[in-house]
Amino acid sequence: MSFPVEGSDSYASEISSVPVINAGDGANQHPTQTLLDLYSIRKTQGTLDNLNIFMVGDLKYGRTVHSLMMAMSRWNTTFNFISPEELKMPEEFKLYLENLGLKYYEHLDFTEIISRADIIYMTRVQKERFSDPIEYEKVKNVYVLKNSMLSGTKTNMRILHPLPRVNEIHTDVDSNPKAYYFEQALNGVFTRQSILCSLLGIN
Amino acid sequence: MKEPKQLRVSAIQNGTVIDHIPAKNLFKVITILGLDHIDTHLTFGTNLESKKLGKKAIIKISDKYFEDADINRIALVAPDAKLNIIRDYEVIEKKVVEVPDTIIGIARCMNPKCITNFETVTTRFRVVSKKNVALKCHYFEKITTQENLQIIECYLSLSYERTRSSSLRMAQ
Repeated sequence: MSFPVEGSDSYASEISSVPVINAGDGANQHPTQTLLDLYSIRKTQGTLDNLNIFMVGDLKYGRTVHSLMMAMSRWNTTFNFISPEELKMPEEFKLYLENLGLKYYEHLDFTEIISRADIIYMTRVQKERFSDPIEYEKVKNVYVLKNSMLSGTKTNMRILHPLPRVNEIHTDVDSNPKAYYFEQALNGVFTRQSILCSLLGIN
Repeated sequence: MKEPKQLRVSAIQNGTVIDHIPAKNLFKVITILGLDHIDTHLTFGTNLESKKLGKKAIIKISDKYFEDADINRIALVAPDAKLNIIRDYEVIEKKVVEVPDTIIGIARCMNPKCITNFETVTTRFRVVSKKNVALKCHYFEKITTQENLQIIECYLSLSYERTRSSSLRMAQ
């Protein structure tokens, strides 16, 4: 069930006699995306432990980053949140990390620090999220990843994106071996197949 | 000789006195406890001077005692409230309000996109901070803070039913 009202899946699961799969509820959570993200991270890094994850773009309304952040908090992750001021990670999620004693850092730009990343998780910065269109014009090119930015990055680093992309990853990145978002989308097929199989009792 | 005119707000013989209610929340307390539907004597005063609260309100309810769970429901709007339990004009017990661990009904989720604001779902919250009340919605991650706290109006009839049924039980 994918529905714009937040908490709708949680409510549906309370009154439904059959399992409900949350396929995204508003700006809240997107757990199946998170499972495929976890699968993609483990597949590319060989582990989920002690990674440095960069989350870039719309961290306020981006439900995929909220779910991924909460999931990754189990494996001693260091988080770097890179977003415009208007789209920062909401307080409740930062509080969640603080209560777990995990480190997170917030930045307005990431060109200087990109070499530290194990995973760069890009998201769309959508124009309609800004109350002031001038603010959008100011920041729209700050959160675009280009191939030239990747020269100093770690060899194990991979770029993820929940897709679809608009312009936040330049097409010149697509041929870089560090671009993993298309394989990640394919991992989504396997992940969702296995969720359906597990609910239907198929091994 | 004619008796001098005097306001009949005197000590109560039996019942409960709720003191230290923030003046602005007096009517919320009345609503939450269903006091607008009871049939025993009820007196209240508001905008009284208070060193701690600035302006406070007080409610005196004759012949009525509250369960702790019921009284704790006012914690959201009157966290400093103190109760005096009166029997035969004497204070026999003093109680303070405690913020419960979970809040069911009473408050509205501050997120307009939350399911509880779309369907007739009873709101449910886990109290994540008792000092500056912060409520985490049961249905998703959003936290409703004290300054955004809204009491559900339709909760009125519900609390009335509760109060009525508990007083009926007492009568039996």
